[in-house]
Amino acid sequence: MSLFLNILVDGLAYGMILFMIAVGLSVTMGLMRVINLAHGGFALIGGAFAHWLTIKAGLSFWVAAPLAVLGTMAVALPLERLIYRRIYGFGELQQVLATIGLTFLMIASINLWLGSSLLAIKLPAVLQTSVDLGFRTLPMHRIVVIIAGLAVIAGLWLLMERTRFGIRLRAAVDNRATASALGIDTGVIYGVTVALGAGLAAFGGVLGAELLPIEAYYPLRYMVLFLIVVAVGGMGSITGSFAAAIALGVIDTASRYLVPEYGTIFFFACVLAVLAFRPQGLSGRA
Amino acid sequence: MKRALLAGAALAIALVGAAPSMADTIKVGVIAPFSGPFAIYGKQYSEAIGVYVAQHGKAAGDHTIEFIYKDVGGPNPDNSRALAQELLVKDQVDYLAGFTFTPNALAVAPLIQQSQTPTVIFNAATSVITKESDMFLRTSYTLWQVSVPMAKWAYEQGIRTVATSVADYGPGIDAENAFKAAFEEAGGKVVDTIRMPLSTNDFTPFIQRIRDQKPDALFAFLPGGPPTFGFTKTYNENGLKAEGIRFLGTAETEEVNLQGFGDDGIGLTTAYHYSAAHPSELNEQFKAKLVELYPDAIANWASVGAYDGTHLIYEMVKAAGSDGPAAVEAVKSLEWESPRGPLAMDPETRTVIQNVYIRQVERDADSGLLVNREQGVIATVGDLGWNK
Repeated sequence: MSLFLNILVDGLAYGMILFMIAVGLSVTMGLMRVINLAHGGFALIGGAFAHWLTIKAGLSFWVAAPLAVLGTMAVALPLERLIYRRIYGFGELQQVLATIGLTFLMIASINLWLGSSLLAIKLPAVLQTSVDLGFRTLPMHRIVVIIAGLAVIAGLWLLMERTRFGIRLRAAVDNRATASALGIDTGVIYGVTVALGAGLAAFGGVLGAELLPIEAYYPLRYMVLFLIVVAVGGMGSITGSFAAAIALGVIDTASRYLVPEYGTIFFFACVLAVLAFRPQGLSGRA
Repeated sequence: MKRALLAGAALAIALVGAAPSMADTIKVGVIAPFSGPFAIYGKQYSEAIGVYVAQHGKAAGDHTIEFIYKDVGGPNPDNSRALAQELLVKDQVDYLAGFTFTPNALAVAPLIQQSQTPTVIFNAATSVITKESDMFLRTSYTLWQVSVPMAKWAYEQGIRTVATSVADYGPGIDAENAFKAAFEEAGGKVVDTIRMPLSTNDFTPFIQRIRDQKPDALFAFLPGGPPTFGFTKTYNENGLKAEGIRFLGTAETEEVNLQGFGDDGIGLTTAYHYSAAHPSELNEQFKAKLVELYPDAIANWASVGAYDGTHLIYEMVKAAGSDGPAAVEAVKSLEWESPRGPLAMDPETRTVIQNVYIRQVERDADSGLLVNREQGVIATVGDLGWNK
């Protein structure tokens, strides 16, 4: 019984971290249909800002984290103007090449700025404590990640389904020419959405850093992980990514508790099985 | 085709070797990663070489020494071999050095054996390497060399049960075997041997499993950087320290990434051959020169591996110039004082015999930084894995 609870708790916590680091990608790649391999790069930039602000500038985490997210969005906006705008019209392979090139640029810039060692983010004391669940303890920061994940999914759902911006975004993605003929400024909508994706990437990077520490090669190290979550969740569906992240987190954790000797085979076998039966993902539109 | 090329290369080398050596510049080819995720090794090596050259000049005996750096990228034996061939044939180097990863070092063994080129390993720590060619010399350490003293020390401290948890790859398994053999020989019991997939991000399941077994300590080996960081974080957060399960390790607390641990790192116990906080005049001089030349540099085990390797090359050049076999013979039993402490070459294994220290991470009162504070020497050992 306690094993089952352990798997559930750790799986949920790990799944929520997977969701947090991949949700930005499900906005840019899932909703906007841009194969955005530079997603991890934005997470890295956010993490690097948070590192610099908490360690070098001595700010508190609560101030540094929002600043890091805003800073990353401030980097993303001009990038969208200069580079992404040209990428939207590319074919899939060209999008892959362009955004991976962008990733290398980001890695090299961070490497030059802060070096290639670990970039730790200083947490406030309250996040370093553990909470007693009765049968075991759970680190406080994982509980914060779970709460933040639930807040992000609720916020995004409201934004996409219940606001004028969400309607316009969905219209612009489905048919840009018609949307623009109806008076929607699609250029602004796209710019804001890329910045939103980058901001979420940075948020996920900062919050997930306790498990997936920030260092210059972060974007390449975890790229497969982001892509799996979005692919299994289904393109165009944020709730799908959420379900996929939680399911993958629980499966991965269960395999490590029950059959550690099989390593990651179990995890990838499940991914294969899902994609074999539902190539469009759990809740993707074909 | 490959064989023909090799034979050609060997012939070319033989011809060059036969001609009387007139050149008084001796070239040393350094093969290491200078780009990509492992670029830190190349940086540590080239900085350490820079410090040695700044302290001792470019001349060794009647010869001038020149270093040529080649970027191998990462664990890539084919590339390592190709670069070695290029250095030997095109650049006509008389010595090779560097080698961070075991496969990269193993790949050049046939080449250096043919060309009789002394090759100094700055890092690669699997015991078997130096058996593959008698031109190999190693100034780093082996996993047995540090894991066995750790096991014996743990037993002496009253630790009777240990769970080992290592990353599931060559060096991890070497460390597990070494620790288990030594700890059980001393009379202790290894209650669990966990091999964790290299791609693990969340270590909680393994840590919980160890916690449930309540051993006196856990022994860990993971590759540096993110995996080590994640593992030790998880160890702290799940209250193992509070439960009295001690953390025993080796390279986990190396200096380049040490500050990243924050206060979580305090109390981690490791057995290793170099701490940047080693209290000695030579170490202070080494660190002072390093920071003077490269303001953002941090000394770690890779730095002293390269620094002592450079010393070995200088001694070989002084003794025998470009005559490879004579050079190796000349330094086979060399003894010297290094920033890490007294060193001696072991003529049989051609790996250094050195002190292994027990260290505990603490915050230095003066600098406010985390340091590996040496608690004492636990053993002076050669490569204990040679005959395993």
